[in-house]
Amino acid sequence: MTEILIPVLLAIISTDALLHRVDIMPTLLRGVQTGLQTALHILPTMIAILTAVRMLRASGFIDLAGQALAPLLQQTGIPVDCAALVLLKPLSGSGGLALGQEIMRTCGVDSYAGRVAAVMLGASETSLYTISIYCGHLELKQTRYAIPAALFADLAAFISAAAWVRWLG
Amino acid sequence: MMNYLWAGMIILSCVTACMTGRTAELSAAVTDGAGQAVTLCISLAGIMGLWSGVLELMQESGLSKRIASILCPVLRLLFRRAAQDRQTMERIAANVTANLLGVSNAATPIGLQAVDRLYSLYDRKGAPDEVLRFIILNTTSIQLIPTTVAAVRASLGAVQPFDIMPAVWGASIFSVIVGLVAAKLFAGIRPEGTR
Repeated sequence: MTEILIPVLLAIISTDALLHRVDIMPTLLRGVQTGLQTALHILPTMIAILTAVRMLRASGFIDLAGQALAPLLQQTGIPVDCAALVLLKPLSGSGGLALGQEIMRTCGVDSYAGRVAAVMLGASETSLYTISIYCGHLELKQTRYAIPAALFADLAAFISAAAWVRWLG
Repeated sequence: MMNYLWAGMIILSCVTACMTGRTAELSAAVTDGAGQAVTLCISLAGIMGLWSGVLELMQESGLSKRIASILCPVLRLLFRRAAQDRQTMERIAANVTANLLGVSNAATPIGLQAVDRLYSLYDRKGAPDEVLRFIILNTTSIQLIPTTVAAVRASLGAVQPFDIMPAVWGASIFSVIVGLVAAKLFAGIRPEGTR
């Protein structure tokens, strides 16, 4: 079912654009340009984080930390390989993406851990970064419960990511 | 925060490698990681560009506006004060729509405008629950089409890059609910102005 969703969506959007007499090509290309700039924009962070993540993995640290955290993670159902993602994703979006890619690559993209990593990335946002942008913009002096509530939501996304992958495959 | 995290990761990996004796692997990782980041970005650039183009089409044809107006009745329940001001509501709906479609670089500017107006409705004092609720909603992901993750999966040869979507929806919805409920509970325990 899911494999036909994206093509059909593209067809619907194009038809709608035709019906509303949108000058399709220039509009599309303008958007593509923005998207490419975004991709280029995240490259510096990717280089920094992926280097650090690869170093941590090569040194054996991620394996050791995973073993230490295993008993705790087992109760939540989050695969040991995804442990570091739980810590990094709320802090850095492109960093999380880089680490997620590394997990999918080393564990296998269609393996359990690889799929959980993908769902964790797709179902969460860079919470702390987002809060700092919004609260900074408003110059809020106190954020009250914003950070704990957002982190609870992240945790819910991570733990249920594992549950959904087990359930839906 | 990221400063300490990055430096910490580098220092930690050096110390660990010395203890585990994996120094050769460590030095290979330095060049590997940097190169891999470039490959990853190139493989992501295509889909990110395409999707952002498609979204531009949806904006131009008015499709995103129509989606936003469908969302309005639900959002009114969450944002009572904002519901009384049409412009604030419009911006909140546009922000949520942009998030749903997965364009966070478009969602943030609109979101900042929305939260700005919303805060003004509260005379820009303190940290009103409704403002925090909007911020918390933005820290949760409500993305319908996880294009970036699907692109990563595709670049690694996944059989069906998009077949994680139902699981992503399930986890996202659960996380949004937990975020909003947690906000409600915390607000009840410690109402604004108490210490």
